[in-house]
Order: sequence, then structure tokens, then C-alpha cells
Amino acid sequence: MTQHERSWPTTTPRPSATFDDYTLSEIRRAAATGIYDIRGGGSKRKLPNFDDLLLLGASMSRYPLEGYREKCGTEVVLGNRFAKKPLKLSIPITIAGMSFGSLSANTKEALGRGASAAGTSTTTGDGGMTPEERGQSKYLVYQYLPSRYGMNPDDLRKADAIEIVIGQGAKPGGGGMLLGQKISDRVAEMRQLPKGIDQRSACRHPDWTGADDLEIKIQELREITDWEKPIYLKVGASRPYFDVNLAVKAGADVIVLDGMQGGTAATQEVFIEHVGIPLLSAIPPAVKALQDLGMHRKVQLIVSGGIRTGADVAKALALGADAVAVGTAALVALGDNDPKWDKEYEKLGTRAGCYDDWHEGKDPAGITTQTPELTERLDPVAAGRRLANYLKVLTLEAQTLARACGKNHLHNLEPEDLVALTLEAAAMARVPLAGTSWVPGAR
Amino acid sequence: MCGIAGLFIKNPKLEPQLGELLTKMTSTLCSRGPDSAGFAIYSAGQDGKTKLTIAGPSADYDIATAAEKLRAAVAPKAPTAIHYSHAVLTLTANEARHAREWLEANLPDVNVVSEGHRLEIFKEVGYPDDVAALFGIGAMSGSHGITHTRMATESAVSTDGAHPFSTGADQCLVHNGSLSNHASLRRQLQRDGIKIKTQNDSEVAAGYLTKQMRSGQTLEGALKSSLDDLDGFFTFVVGTEKGFGVLRDPIACKPAVMAETDDYVAFASEYKSLAGLPGISGAKVWEPKPATVYFWERS
Amino acid sequence: MPNIDLSKTRVRELNAALHQLKPDTNETLWTITNPGGEHSIAAGVDAEVTINIQGNAGYYCGGMNKHATIVVDGSAGQGVGENMMSGLIHVKGDASQSAGATGRGGRLIVDGNASARCGISMKGIDIVVKGDIGHLSAFMGQNGRLVVFGEAGEALGDSLYEARIYVRGPVASLGADCIEKQMRDEHKAELHELLKLSGEAFKVDVAEFRRYGSARKLYNFNIDNAGAY
Repeated sequence: MTQHERSWPTTTPRPSATFDDYTLSEIRRAAATGIYDIRGGGSKRKLPNFDDLLLLGASMSRYPLEGYREKCGTEVVLGNRFAKKPLKLSIPITIAGMSFGSLSANTKEALGRGASAAGTSTTTGDGGMTPEERGQSKYLVYQYLPSRYGMNPDDLRKADAIEIVIGQGAKPGGGGMLLGQKISDRVAEMRQLPKGIDQRSACRHPDWTGADDLEIKIQELREITDWEKPIYLKVGASRPYFDVNLAVKAGADVIVLDGMQGGTAATQEVFIEHVGIPLLSAIPPAVKALQDLGMHRKVQLIVSGGIRTGADVAKALALGADAVAVGTAALVALGDNDPKWDKEYEKLGTRAGCYDDWHEGKDPAGITTQTPELTERLDPVAAGRRLANYLKVLTLEAQTLARACGKNHLHNLEPEDLVALTLEAAAMARVPLAGTSWVPGAR
Repeated sequence: MCGIAGLFIKNPKLEPQLGELLTKMTSTLCSRGPDSAGFAIYSAGQDGKTKLTIAGPSADYDIATAAEKLRAAVAPKAPTAIHYSHAVLTLTANEARHAREWLEANLPDVNVVSEGHRLEIFKEVGYPDDVAALFGIGAMSGSHGITHTRMATESAVSTDGAHPFSTGADQCLVHNGSLSNHASLRRQLQRDGIKIKTQNDSEVAAGYLTKQMRSGQTLEGALKSSLDDLDGFFTFVVGTEKGFGVLRDPIACKPAVMAETDDYVAFASEYKSLAGLPGISGAKVWEPKPATVYFWERS
Repeated sequence: MPNIDLSKTRVRELNAALHQLKPDTNETLWTITNPGGEHSIAAGVDAEVTINIQGNAGYYCGGMNKHATIVVDGSAGQGVGENMMSGLIHVKGDASQSAGATGRGGRLIVDGNASARCGISMKGIDIVVKGDIGHLSAFMGQNGRLVVFGEAGEALGDSLYEARIYVRGPVASLGADCIEKQMRDEHKAELHELLKLSGEAFKVDVAEFRRYGSARKLYNFNIDNAGAY
């Protein structure tokens, strides 16, 4: 009897949960190329996030605020611990650091336009400050990175704040990366690199290691800028309690905490998916550290990594953050991964919503590329307008939720306004499971 | 993260100033380590006697009463000196052994901070300038001393988490840096019978040196083997009865600067803390090389 | 001719005064006494003035310097002349770690030894060290020139880009992608020019130096070089 002649039922083909399609494709890719997979973006796997939290609206025991009449403040002051000129932003939503190099000059300009229209700040990245970006940004935060590409005292003085980057959520403990396809003449010149090479970046700063020496480095940056600029410290979320503690002791004005959902221009997939912790789990220990030092609200906390909606904003603030930063969502608002480019995404072996090979510089949306034919596709004025709209929506959404909780300012949201839907979220956010008073793991 | 300084006096005329000079050196390192401070002072010893320095779990612990009870139990005639939150009892070796046993059985909260013919260790939570003043370090004399200011990285700010850590009779360790394999090393050392009380990485380094020396290695040998067994970043300074030693990890990110004149050898995290030493403008100043053990000891 | 005594005046006041200098200032010679290892002395100066520091400086002395001539009559701490743009910093004693780190222009001269990571990530600065340099010097050096009269420590020029290195003494080891290169006439001329600018033109023979540079094998990822990453 041959196989197809048998008459009894057979089992259906069963894919392995361990060796799923993606895993199999990665093994084949690794075997064919001999190099780890590099991509852009943040962690793509399912992680506990703000969707697992709910806000407790007012009803009998508390009174809500009227939507159109009763104000709900959104302004925030960043950097008033030591700096003479703190940033006074209209909304607690800022644009995260993204480099010229990883992004086109038009994109940087659009980010500046959108942020300025919304009354908030934008941030440079690992590649220096472009005139387009400075020109269009009312408030510009200048990143100070291990590579020091494009770093100079003139731009430092032109900045409104300085952000010392220790790490980012996508890769705490890792250095930068920019592959040859994107090292155009202009990028090469700004970074003082030969054109077309694969740029390697250091993971530690060249002239200090550790918080005790960082304290002296911060003093130097303050001296160079005559103590005017707020000094931010950006850390990737991994041990936030300790890191925030040390950041405060080293003298930071503002701490930027980036969860593992935070994006990157180009990093090893294995790094993006396996190092660091989700933002939801990182905020409570960071806030606890500030409270233990008596510095909560005195040293401001900006959180980032997967912020998408006004609900995310409201919940992050309720957990104790002073502001949030958006990166990936801002790029989407500008036009990244737009389905209108679907045919071109298909040619690249992907589809809208999944495109993450930003390091290859072939972005059909003209955002993560340096190729002139592609960068021209992004109109910085129109894209800036879309970003401004998106930031307004985030703000309105957060205000709507805050008013429902009876708050006349977003900063009056508190952890007690939150409950969790899942055990994981309850334990991580340190708020009770909905309908109970139980916080798993609370002491 | 920390500041370290050490002073080894060659000219005995400077010995009465040891505490004063160390206090000044420490003062310049306050911002490197605002959480706690500690001092290892090597002063004159008494023949056949050992000094046992004890401290409670925190500065508000009544150490004088504890010391009095201990003395009554093991050596009623032993001289006892109270320095702020610490007490120093001068005992025979036998009495010291009894004292440790008695403390463990009767006052488990009290720690033996150091033991030795000449060594006394004083360490406490607080801003380094204040800690030095509370212990009266400025008035102390001795042949050499080590000081440490701490910026806690991952473990609690507490009296027993402050440096220096005792590594054996008349020996101690201070550390600047951050070890990355201290958790597994701590478990191994605890299995080997080394007592480690805190989650502090530096205490593990101290326990490691103790263990290596108990297994017959010299201090220099123990330091050399730490290059293989300790992962992470460190500048170590070890105090010995006769002087001190310095070791930096092979990557050597944490700073270290040395100065030598006819009168002294000094060590510090930053030149700033050497700047106030007498005759420093004529001193030979240099940096210890990575992965190299240095010793300055009187013969 | 301002004379600032740092045992009486704070570094903040000194730097504030230096930052207010106009390009046409008459106060072109500053003397700093009792520096006492203070940090960030004369950091961020942007004026053609000469600043003589009489003693030892702490971290980041002359950091991000533009145009100024800064002479340290003593030793300099970590990161002297870090990210310097132009001008001259002359350390008459030793320099600590990361001397001239990420420097983009100008010259750093160290009469004594420089420690680890000298010229790390250098991007156009010229550094002349008349003594020895420590390990990992010129790590990821992108541009500029590093001249060493004495010895170089381990892993010289690791992950080097286009910075050029001349060392007279022995080199403990070369870092990944750093190789010895032939010393041609153009390099001898370049070195001679650098020595001249350092006041050593005819005291030291350019023929005694060896040249090191990037093998450029790490410029584009190749699996066969994975061990070097």
C-alpha cells in the first residue's frame, strides 16, 4: 500500500511554536550571509504596555472637569535644577533624538517644524546639528554621544538643551551604527568619515566612564555654555532605579528614560529584542529613585519607547513621568511606512507597517534615506504639519482622559488613577489589578 | 563610583599630620562620592596586641554600650576608645578571637570593621567632610592611611556598604569602579566559607582577596589573580601593615594618579586631591599602568 | 594682562570672563596661578588669547578650545583639549587619559608622557607627545595626526579610520585594523612640518619614526574579519 492509498485520517501539518516561520527564515538568512540581522525600529514582539492599564474616571467619589470650558493645563518646565535657561514647553510631549544621517535633512526639518508648531522640542542625534533643523526648531536639544560626530562648541551654544546619551532603549550598552549606503557626501563630511564605509561607533564615551567622572564632564559642558543650558541624561531602560540615582548624583537636570520599544536607526535584531526592559516596567523604579532622593519633579523625567496615543501619554504621566518623547510615532506621522508606498515596499520584500531595513537607505517614504530621488518625496512643510496635528491629537486625548479623572493639569494624574488588566502589568506598573486592591509583588 | 586617596609617609616627621592631610585629600573628592566615606588609619601598634574596630548597623547605634558589654565579657581590662559610631578595643589575639565569637552570639548587629596590629577603619554614611569631622580623623596620626568616598552604584548606602573593606589582619581594600560578575563570585565565595554581608561588589572583591590569601597566596599574588577572575572596571588600593598597593583593571577607565617626594608617596583618583600636599610642586607625578600591581612598603 | 589666582577666584568666574572676550580684545595674555588641579580651566574659549596656567590642571582643561593658546606649566588631567577645534594647547608636564579626545583641529603638544587613550576618536587634531603614550591611543581615530617620540602602549590605533600615526619608539601592540605603513618622502615631509611646529624640527630625526595607519579592512563588514569586531 502506497502513502496516498491509505484510507485512515492523518494529522495536519503542524508548525513548531519554537521554530516558527520567522525563526526558520532567520536561520536560513544567517546561514546564507554569515552576519547578524541588522534593522531599524524598536522591539516588535508583544510586550506588556500601556494598553494593559486603565484610568479610573470620576463618578460619585470624584468630579470630572467639563471638556471645553474647564482648563486642563499641559505646559511643562524642563531643566530648572541648575540651568539658567530651562525649557518651557507647551505640551509634555517631545520629539526623541534621531540623527541626520539616519534621517534625511528634509525629515529633520519636518520634525523641527512639527515640534515648533506644537510648542515643543526636537532633538538632534548621532551626527551633529543641521542648519535646517536648528532653523526650524523653536527648541532644539543637542545630543552629546560617544562618537561626538559633528560636535562643536558653536552648535552647543546654539542648542536649547544638551542631552548626554549614555544609551538608548533599543540597545542599552551598545554603540551606534550607520551602514555605508547612507554615508553620503554630506553625512561623511559632518561625521568626518570616508564616504560609503560602514560606520562603527563606540559604546562608551571617549573621555569619561562612570558617574563620578560624568559629574566632572557635566560641569565642563555647563562651563562651556555658561550654565545656561539644561543638561539631560539619556539612559536605555535596564536598571532604572540605579541609573536614575546615579544620574541625579552626577548632576543631571533632566533624565530621559528609553524603554526597549524605543527605536534605533540600525542595530542587531538580537540586541533590539533581547536587551533592556519595557517602558511600562521602567517608569515605577525610576520614579521611586527620584522620590527616594527627594528629587521627583525637581529633576524631570522624560520617558520614551513605544508611546503612540494620548492614552499612553496620560498613563506615563500618571506613573510619575514629567513628559514623554516620541520617535517612531513621529516618523509615522511624517509618512513612514505609509501604505501608499506598498508597491515599492513589496519590491523590497516587505510591506507597509513592517518596513524596518532603514539602514539600507532605500526608504520609499524618503525618510530614513540619503538618496536624493527618495528624500525629495518628503515635503518638509506638509510633513511638519502632519506631525503638528498628531502632537495636538496626543495632547487633546491626554487632556480628555485627565479631565475625566478630575484633573486641571496633566501633571496631577497619579498612579492611584490607574488599574491594571493583567497580572504582569499590575506587577510591573505597581498598580492594583482592576477591581481589586492587589498589587502583585508589592511589599 | 567613587573617589580614592592614600598617603604613605616616608618622613616620620609628617606622621602626626597623617589624619589632617588625609582629611584634606578626602575633601576634594566629596563630589565623586557624596553617599559615604571611610578611612583606614595605620597608627602605632602595641606589642602582642591587636586592635579590633567594631561598628553597629548605622551611626545611631549605641556602640559605647555594646563595646562595654563586649569588654566585660572578654577582656575587662582592655583599653577601649570610642570614635563617633565606632569603638576600638586593644586585645590579645586570643581575646580578639573570643570577642568575634561573643559578638556573633550576643550582638549579631555589631560588625567587626577591622582587626590588626596597627589598622583601624572608620566608615559611615554621610557627606565625606562631615564623616571625617565626626570621627575626628584630622587629629589622628599614623604612618599611612587610605580614604574612600562612595557614590553607590547598585547596593545600599549603609555603614557596612562603605569602604574600606577588611581583607584580613591589618589589610583592607578600597575600590573605584563597577564589577560585572560579582553575583556569581559572591555565591562561590560564600560556599567557600567567606562571610560577605552586603550586596556591594567591592565587598566581594575584598572577600576574594581574603580567600586567595587564605589559600596561601601572597597579597600580590591575590591581586594578580584578580585580573583573571574579576570582570568589570576597577581601580583597587589595598592597605597593608607596611604600606599600600595599587591595581587597575586592563581597560583602566577609572582614574588614578600617584605622586612621590622624599617625604611621602600619595595616591588619588584626581590630581586635585594631591594638590594640597606639602612640596607637591616638586613631586614626581605619574599614573599607574593598567593590569600592573604596584606596592609601596617600608622594609 | 589679567592675572587670576584660582585659590581665590572660582573657575566659573575665570571662564565667564574668558567667554566674554571680544575678537579684538586687548587682554591677550592671561596668567592663571594656583590651578590646584581644578577641572574645566579655560574650557570653551573662543578668542585669540594666550592663557598661561602655572601649575597642574584637572579634567578637561581647554576643552573645545577655539583659537586660544593655552600653556599648562605642569600636568593636565583627563581629557585635556577634548574636542578642540583650533588653537594650541601645550602641556609642559604629563597629560592624563584621553588627551585630545575627539579633537577636530589645532595642536596639542605634550612635553612629558600622555596616558591611555591619547587621541581617542581624533577627528583632525594634531597631537605631538614628546614622551610615551598609553594603551588604546588613537582608538577609532578618524582624522589628524598623532606623533609620539617615545613608546606606545597596547592596541595602538585600534579600529582606526584615517588618522595618521608616527611613533619613534617601540609599540607594545597594534590594535585591530592598524598596520605599519611605509614611510615615504611625503610622510617624512609631513612629519618634519609637525616637528617644526612643535619646536623640535632639527632636534629629532624624522627617519627614526615609523608610520602606522588603517588597513581599511573593517571599512565594510566582511564575515572573514568577524574576529576583529
